[in-house]
Amino acid sequence: MPRAYLWPGNIACAEGAIAAGCRFFAGYPITPANEISEHMSKRLPEVGGIFIQMEDEMASLAAVIGASWAGLKAMTATSGPGFSLMQELIGYAFFTETPCVVVDVMRVGPSTGQATRAAQGDLMQARWGTHGDYCAVALVPNSPQEFFDLTAKAFDIAERLRTPVVVLSDEIIAHMRENVVVPDEVCVAERRRPEEGEENFFGPDPVPPMPRVGDGFKVPVTGSTHDERGVRFTRDPLVHRRLINRLWAKIRGAAQELWDWEMVGDAEGQLDVAFVTLGSVSRSVEEAIGILRSEGLRACGLRLKTLWPFPEEPVRELAARSRVIVVPELNMGQLVLEVERVAAGRARVVGFSKVGGGELPTPEELADFALGVVRG
Amino acid sequence: MSTGKAGFSVKKYLRPGLKLPFCPGCGNYTIINCFLKAVHELGHEDLSGFVFCSGIGCAAWIPSPYLDADSIHTPHGRAIPVATGVKLARPELKIVVFGGDGDIAGIGCGHLVHAARRNADLTVIMVNNMVYGMTGGQVAPTTPLGARTTTTPRGCFERPLDVARLVAAAGANYSARWTTAHRNELTEAFKRALTGRGFRFVEVVSQCPTNFGRRIGKPDAKAMLEWFEEASIPVEQAERMASEELIGRIVVGVFVDRDEPGLLDRMRAAYG
Repeated sequence: MPRAYLWPGNIACAEGAIAAGCRFFAGYPITPANEISEHMSKRLPEVGGIFIQMEDEMASLAAVIGASWAGLKAMTATSGPGFSLMQELIGYAFFTETPCVVVDVMRVGPSTGQATRAAQGDLMQARWGTHGDYCAVALVPNSPQEFFDLTAKAFDIAERLRTPVVVLSDEIIAHMRENVVVPDEVCVAERRRPEEGEENFFGPDPVPPMPRVGDGFKVPVTGSTHDERGVRFTRDPLVHRRLINRLWAKIRGAAQELWDWEMVGDAEGQLDVAFVTLGSVSRSVEEAIGILRSEGLRACGLRLKTLWPFPEEPVRELAARSRVIVVPELNMGQLVLEVERVAAGRARVVGFSKVGGGELPTPEELADFALGVVRG
Repeated sequence: MSTGKAGFSVKKYLRPGLKLPFCPGCGNYTIINCFLKAVHELGHEDLSGFVFCSGIGCAAWIPSPYLDADSIHTPHGRAIPVATGVKLARPELKIVVFGGDGDIAGIGCGHLVHAARRNADLTVIMVNNMVYGMTGGQVAPTTPLGARTTTTPRGCFERPLDVARLVAAAGANYSARWTTAHRNELTEAFKRALTGRGFRFVEVVSQCPTNFGRRIGKPDAKAMLEWFEEASIPVEQAERMASEELIGRIVVGVFVDRDEPGLLDRMRAAYG
C-alpha cells in the first residue's frame, strides 16, 4: 500500500533516489543540500548501499562515476558553487556515457551569494556549464512530492540513455514540508548489459550496452574522443563527429518522451496572457492565473518539469495562441531566452525577474505585472 | 622490451594491436616492465580482477588503453576519487591508479592527501618526471629548485613537494620512492603496493629526456639515469642529514610500511 509522509523536499529527494535503486552516494557539505547527504548517510547502509563524504565536489562526482562503472546506481547532491565545480565531470560522464544523477539545490548566486536563500540561477549552467558540445537532461520539481518523483525519474532516464541527469531544485522546494506519497513500486530502467564476447560499448547502437568493470570485458573508458570500442582517437575528425552526433541523437531523439509538463488554467483556445514557469516560482503563478481570470482575462500557465532538452512543442503551441507570454523566474532572465527563441515572434514574450533573499513573486505581483503588459 | 624472469612476458598483459606511444628513452617503458613483472611474480597470469584508473598526462597513458584490462581514463587529477568509487562499489577488485606528478600531486593533490588519510584500499603509482611533460615541459610541483623549464626560464624558484613523505604523513599504509635506475627495488615496491590493505603509494622518479632532461643539460635517458644514481640517497641516511644538505638529492626507500585497517575495514565496522 502506498504510504504518505510529511517530508521536506530534500528528504523526499533522498527517498526517491533510494526507491529508484540508488545504492551509492558521494557528496560534500553545502547549504541548502545538506539534508540529502545526511539522510543518505543514515539510509543507504540500511539498504546495503554505500555513503561517503568526499573532500570536495569534484571528488564526489568522480566517486559516483567510479561506482556507476562498478555497476551501482549512483548520485550526488550539491548547490550552485558545488555544481560549478562538478561541471568538468558532468562533461566526462556525458562523453563516457556514465549513468548518474546530480541534484543541484539552487541558491542565490553568483559566488557564495546568499547561501540559505532560493534562486533559479543555474538553469543555463545546467545546459551550458561544461565545456564543449554537451547535450543536457535536466528536470525541475516544484514540490516535495515531485522532488521524490523526478529524482526517481532521473535515474530511469540516466539508466535508459546512459547519460548524467540533473535535478534542479531550489532552497524553497528543498526545505518546505508537504505530503509525499511513496508508491509501492518505482519503475526504473536497468542499463543494458553486454553479452559475452561483445566489445562495442561506445557505439554504434544509439545506447550501447554498458559493462561493469571487473567482469572481464576489458573496457577502456576515456574522456578523450574514442571509437566504438573505447579506443582513443584524438585527431580523426570523423571518429569525433560520429561519436558526438550519436550522443546528441540519443538525447534529442528521446526528447518527446523526456518532455514533461503541466497546464494550469485555460488549456484550450486563444489566450490574453500565458505564463511559462518552473520550480518554486510556479507556485505563485497558479494563483496569479486565478486573479487574471477574475479580471476577465483568458489566462493559463505552462509549467515545465523538464527543462533540458527544452520542451519546444508545448511552448511553440502556447505561443501560437497567446498574445503575451510572461516568464517569471528567480534570476535575471534565463528561461525567458529559451521561450523567446521558441516563440519566435508568435507571441510577445516578457520576462519577470526577482532575485535576492529567496523571495517568490506574490500572485498579486505577477497578476499586476501581467495586467500591465496586456493592457499597457 | 625485454623479458626478465623465465616465463615472464610483458606482451601478454598488453592490449593486442596497439603500439606504446612514449618518446624514445621515456621512463614509462621501465615502469611498465617493472610493474608487469611484479604482477607476474605475484602469480597473476592476466589482469582479470584489476581495474586501472588514470588521469591526464603521459603516465596516465600507461594503463589506458595499453594494458589488457578495464581502465578508466578520467579528467586531470580525478583518478583517485574515481578509483575510490570503484573500490567501494566492488571491494573484491584490485584498483591501481597510474598518474604523473602534475596529475597526482598538482591538480589532484587534495584527493591524494585525503585518500591516504582515509587509507583507501588502493594502489597508487605516481610517475615523477619533475615536469609537465605532455604539455611541453612546464614547471611542476616537483621540479627541483633552480631547474629550467618552459615556464621557469630563469630557474625554478619554488621548492619541490616531497610527495612520498607527504603521503606517509597523511596516513597511508605504505609509501615508497625509487627511481627508474632502481629496477629491482621498484619491482619489489610494486609487489608490496599490490598486496595488503589500505592506501599503498609508490613514487617513481622517472626520466623525461624530451621535455625536461634536454633543458637541464641531461639530453638523454643515460644522462638522466646516471644523475638519478648519483643523486639518490637512502631514506635512513637522509634522516641524519640537514635539509640544506638534501637540496638536489633524491631520497629513496620506504617511508612507511604498516598494516592499519583500511577504509573498507573501518566502513564495514561502522556500518555493522
